[in-house]
Amino acid sequence: MAKVKGDIVVDIEKCKGCEVCITACPNDVIAMSRNVNGKGYHYAESVNEECIGCANCAIVCPDGVITVYKVKL
Amino acid sequence: MSDIITKEQIRQPENLVYTKTKLLTDKALSYCPGCGHGTAHRIVMEVIEELGAQANTIGIAPVGCSVLAYEFMNIDMQQAAHGRAPALATAVKRLMPEKYVFTYQGDGDLAAIGTAETIHACNRGENITIIFINNGIYGMTGGQMAPTTLPNMKASTCPYGRDVKTMGNPLKITELIAQLPGVHYVTRQAVHTPGNVRRTKKAVRKAFDLQKENKGLTFVEIVSNCNSGWKMTPVQSNKWMEENMFPFYPLGDIKVDGQLVK
Repeated sequence: MAKVKGDIVVDIEKCKGCEVCITACPNDVIAMSRNVNGKGYHYAESVNEECIGCANCAIVCPDGVITVYKVKL
Repeated sequence: MSDIITKEQIRQPENLVYTKTKLLTDKALSYCPGCGHGTAHRIVMEVIEELGAQANTIGIAPVGCSVLAYEFMNIDMQQAAHGRAPALATAVKRLMPEKYVFTYQGDGDLAAIGTAETIHACNRGENITIIFINNGIYGMTGGQMAPTTLPNMKASTCPYGRDVKTMGNPLKITELIAQLPGVHYVTRQAVHTPGNVRRTKKAVRKAFDLQKENKGLTFVEIVSNCNSGWKMTPVQSNKWMEENMFPFYPLGDIKVDGQLVK
């Protein structure tokens, strides 16, 4: 039972689809979307509820497109 | 407590853990996907935000991929001639000694055309901070061989790999300048994993704090990837960097408190 619950918000139009966040995520929350943004990049998105709000994805994101939220349950 | 909580309930301002610092402008970075420059920019800006020094910092942009750094960093910036950022930083710091002054340079700028300026600014012990991004290649101009290119590493001007017999040895400029008495703090970090990003941020913070104390020149090298120049995906290039760059450019402090780390 998770004691904390997190969520990420990706700035879709600024994401360049480098996938660095995917390897940084400890819980495999992030995957690349099948859709593309205005520049034609597949963007990162949260695909499950496992996020713990550790912000690892956000601090390695070269373009700083990820915003992280966390609540304690 | 119930575990049922919607994403909208999580996405509230009071639950915010991390967002891009306001000291970076809203412009989309001009770097390739996965480039370490963006992370390095953000780390420097986060440190300046922590110091509360947005109005008291002057950055010097180089020539290279990060030539447009002044477009992204929301502080006072000046763009220097190729390789001359430490000379310009010297002038700025001497005229305004109360400001934080840093240069942000790549390996083509700092270790090739700007070697003389770098070494002499370091030797004079100017109270500036140099952020040095080392990706072992000339990224902006199309992946040519740089002084920092590893032996046998391929680049567009050495497509069969760097042959040290004809093309010379890679230059470890960070170890070189660590020998100079004017330099107070020298460290080499990376920004490809969360742990490395946190360590790099601490190093940059330390460098700025030491600058405030007028201890001498502080130098932070960031070993970075260049996935376009190396012809790899960002994730592959980070792995390649761990396997090939780090044995040659080992991470860690090189000089602390004016003493070489053994």
